Amino acid sequence: MSAVDNPALARLLRVREAEEFLYREAGLLDRREFSAWLDLLADDVRYFMPLRRNVPSRAPGDEWTREGQDIAWFDEGKDVLAMRVTQLHTGVHWAEEPPSRTCHLVSNVLLVDDSGPEWEVHSHFIFYRSRMERETDLLAGRREDRLRVMPDGLRLAYRRVLIDHNVLPIKNLSNFF
Amino acid sequence: MDPIDPGTRPLVDPQRGLVSREIFVDAQLYAAEQERIFATQWLFVGHVSQVRRPGDFVVSRMGEEPVLLVRDVDGALHVFLNSCRHRGMQVCRYDQGNATEFACPYHGWTFDTKGRLAAVPALREGYFSELELAHWGLVEARVAELKGSIWACWDAATPSLDDWLGDARIWIEEFFTVPDAGAGELELIAGVQKWTLPCNWKFGAENFSGDNYHNVSHASVDQLALSPSGKTGRHQYDAIPQKPVLQNIAYASTGHCGRGALYPPGFDFLSAYAAVPQLHAYYQRAYAGRQTQLGEQARFVPHGGTIFPNMSFSNGRTSIALWHPAGPETCEVWRFYFVPEHAPEAVKDHLRRYVIRYQGPSGLTEEDDMENWNLAHRASRGTIARRHPYHMAMGLGHEMAVGSEPWIARGGTVMEGVSEQNQRGYYRRWAQLMGAL
Repeated sequence: MSAVDNPALARLLRVREAEEFLYREAGLLDRREFSAWLDLLADDVRYFMPLRRNVPSRAPGDEWTREGQDIAWFDEGKDVLAMRVTQLHTGVHWAEEPPSRTCHLVSNVLLVDDSGPEWEVHSHFIFYRSRMERETDLLAGRREDRLRVMPDGLRLAYRRVLIDHNVLPIKNLSNFF
Repeated sequence: MDPIDPGTRPLVDPQRGLVSREIFVDAQLYAAEQERIFATQWLFVGHVSQVRRPGDFVVSRMGEEPVLLVRDVDGALHVFLNSCRHRGMQVCRYDQGNATEFACPYHGWTFDTKGRLAAVPALREGYFSELELAHWGLVEARVAELKGSIWACWDAATPSLDDWLGDARIWIEEFFTVPDAGAGELELIAGVQKWTLPCNWKFGAENFSGDNYHNVSHASVDQLALSPSGKTGRHQYDAIPQKPVLQNIAYASTGHCGRGALYPPGFDFLSAYAAVPQLHAYYQRAYAGRQTQLGEQARFVPHGGTIFPNMSFSNGRTSIALWHPAGPETCEVWRFYFVPEHAPEAVKDHLRRYVIRYQGPSGLTEEDDMENWNLAHRASRGTIARRHPYHMAMGLGHEMAVGSEPWIARGGTVMEGVSEQNQRGYYRRWAQLMGAL
């Protein structure tokens, strides 16, 4: 019996595959290989980062703004994400010119559901940004992703980025999360 | 030394178009602004759609002060300082909701939706029933409503909102008018963007007042087809083949400003939305309605402006920005986005996605504005830097009491094309209120 015939080991390999996808993705972003990063996204990808409100703990329903209906930090598809990459390559996108130094730390990776053609993968992140001489920015949160299984590997099909901030502590979101 | 004595420090020189860097970086001037500007002027605090039902509340800000916008049980609007009269704790810590009372979590003083102190623990055994509840209600501001916008003011001596807006009132009325200029209201899209900007609060207000000169800021996004026109350019109206004459309008006595575009007769308004069939169809009907309502004046398309001191508005990509002071070096920006309430859902959705990708901290356009304001502020802090005023003299002496179309700017002065007239008017008003002219 080979290792992959053992269900527990097969699952472990899928966990590793999901982790490696997320780590590889973070590396591409931090090395500013944005076009290669874009290639990891499905053509119909949805990329969503809601606003977060202070609400009573007994009524958490309004904590997040709703995808496709409300205001968000991001609520877009690959067309707009590709525009952002093109903008980064113009050399006159002042928010990232000279470029920021970023560090995406990804952890707590959990393969929540791998029963279908898209795996549900949750992770936590800390996003560190150093800019110009001394600007230092930090965002923290978690992500709920769906990774589509393709013949040549995984693609990001859906990402919900849940940051822990009410008033965003930084001046802009000129990076990917 | 009086921090704002014009003899010792000329802070604003409208005759020469010079503005001292001190007014952006100096802590004493910042403190004086809180007294002389934010405690005396009308400030935008919210929109009626946030507080439709009795008991609805939403948190807001007036300058640095946290406030609560509340519709009381009888339907009247109130704006309260969100601070208990006993020991100052915030009586409400939720961003929004519906309540019958606000109970302070510190010692339990409890206020009703009219701000009255309704209950105090240990009233008999602690206060011997001598506490006069009627004197210790929440601190309340004056409140006024204009076409769904809600404003508040701490100062009883300030004129009414209508008089205070003066001739600039039409810009707020126009902003809250639906695209066909007929009946119907704008509705707020749920969710107010709030973020921190490391620069003085006046940078954003000034930029929106009338800076048509900063296209280089947006050199990157202008290479993309960001708008629903499908053509290159960040604005939907960049695609209109007939070029307009930009109009800058400043109201000298109030500091309010507006800017817009005057198109030649027969211009192709629809080319602004050509790439999205639902928008094209909606604006085709809307523009016909607008022409019926406004006639010749439909050729004037407002772009936005600033109501002094810190409320800016953008027409078309319909939004309001509040530039809240949070220390001389920090601004907390709040952004409200609107769509026409009776527009088809597909139209609302396209407009929503356009405003998100254009504006705010994740907007492809405004990311770059915030980088510029941030570093302009930082480079203005030093002793040497402060000796050299900002130059805002573009077009000085060429203001017109009447523009090329007299109906555009009643009560204001006009400059066409690029100009810093509006910024000069804004800072002249700042200097008047600060006693620095």
